[in-house]
Amino acid sequence: MKRNAAGTSRRIWTLRVAFVIAALAAWEALAASGLLFRDVVPSLGAIGNALARVLGSPDFYANLAVTAQEIGVAMIIGGVAGLATGILLGANRFLSQAFEALLLYLGPTPKIIFFPVMIMWFGVGPGSKIAMGAVSCFFPIAISTAAGMRQIEPVLIRVGRSFRASPSQMVRCIYLPAMREPIVTGLRLGLGVAIIGTLLAETKLSNRGLGYLVIQAYALFDMPRMYALLILLFVLSIGVNALIGRLSRAP
Amino acid sequence: MTSATRMASRNRARAVGAASIVAVVALVEVLIGAGVINAFVVPRPTQILLAIPRIVVEEHVLHRFSQTAQEVLWASLLIAVVGIALGMLLFRFRPLRLAFETWVGALAAAPIVLMYPLFLVIFGRSTTTIVMIGFAAGLAPVILKTVEGLAGTRKVLIDVGRSFKLSSAQQFRKVLLPAALPAVFVGLRLGLIFAMINIVGVEFLINFGGLGQLINELAERYDLPGTYGAILFVILASILFFDLTERIERWLRPVE
Repeated sequence: MKRNAAGTSRRIWTLRVAFVIAALAAWEALAASGLLFRDVVPSLGAIGNALARVLGSPDFYANLAVTAQEIGVAMIIGGVAGLATGILLGANRFLSQAFEALLLYLGPTPKIIFFPVMIMWFGVGPGSKIAMGAVSCFFPIAISTAAGMRQIEPVLIRVGRSFRASPSQMVRCIYLPAMREPIVTGLRLGLGVAIIGTLLAETKLSNRGLGYLVIQAYALFDMPRMYALLILLFVLSIGVNALIGRLSRAP
Repeated sequence: MTSATRMASRNRARAVGAASIVAVVALVEVLIGAGVINAFVVPRPTQILLAIPRIVVEEHVLHRFSQTAQEVLWASLLIAVVGIALGMLLFRFRPLRLAFETWVGALAAAPIVLMYPLFLVIFGRSTTTIVMIGFAAGLAPVILKTVEGLAGTRKVLIDVGRSFKLSSAQQFRKVLLPAALPAVFVGLRLGLIFAMINIVGVEFLINFGGLGQLINELAERYDLPGTYGAILFVILASILFFDLTERIERWLRPVE
């Protein structure tokens, strides 16, 4: 049985490695074939070089800091607003019946279309990008928190009540600890869309940030650099997501 | 609480919800009139309402709507065909599933729309780019839910098939596929919503195509009431789409 399991795991890894090698080989063949316009599919070497150049330039880190800061502020604003809204809707049946449908319906609409309005409200600088990120992450956090509130075991709430906890004590000592999981899920989903919202806004109109670097590479038709930046973007956003997932599982 | 009083209280709550939206809109109107909110930043709600017939006629909203709907339709077809096929493949060959299911899961969480400059380079500023981004954004949930649905077939059903000595093709067509359908449609609905969001978003970003481009154009013309009106229109359209897919999904769900 054990040998069997080891065999399966080896097979899985063989499959994975084979897939990656095949994909890279197909890429390299496509790059060399000249079927697509030159540079649309740059060779792996060119992308590797660009990756090293990007990682070696202080410019990249300065723009990364700008974007990280925007996303951070957006998460604080959207997160606090989302948590407060979620707790309110989750705790009060009347409010939930009155307003939660609005949240559920606005949640899956494309947020980037609000960007022109955000520019008028908050200007062309970081303000409008922060607003985009905050609007994006507000919805999943609020929805997930409201759903989490309703899943708390009633006995915990009764314990709090029987200790005559004040509303703020109830939130701090009963609700928040009991809702750790849905809140972390909400924050994770929220961070994902906040990253997308902020970066898309940067590609549309900005002069700083990672989104700006990507669209600048596109405008200059520096394809290896664009690929390198996109790879870094993906690694960073998937990495941050995985990190939060890891943290939520830690005791 | 009886079901009648519960119903009444829910209706009351909904009425309060709707009334508060109207109240907020009215308040904004008053504040703009009083000069507290700058009319060059937020147009009066009445102006926005008046702008809606104008953008419907002058900006050919219906034509743009059908353009976006067609892009969503093409992306959906691709998502359904490729997603269900890949899901079946992963289910049929267990090592493939073990090796790649988590990767597909990671893909579902990846910010695919950020790659739109890449799609622009490959497919040009065209409908193809928009459809392909919609496709890429909505693919993963369909694959995952198809695998989940097929793998979740109740054992007793599979045994019934076996006892009738069905060939593996028959077993698939008559037992596994019908059993998996509800889950497949849950995935399809998620995929369609992702596709729709990304398609409208990319239309806006690359200034090409249907409703998304309309918002961009009106904003660039600094037609404020028009911009707000168009955004409202897109929100309504996506809510309708959302609601429609939900109804279809509920209709397809088996009776418990």
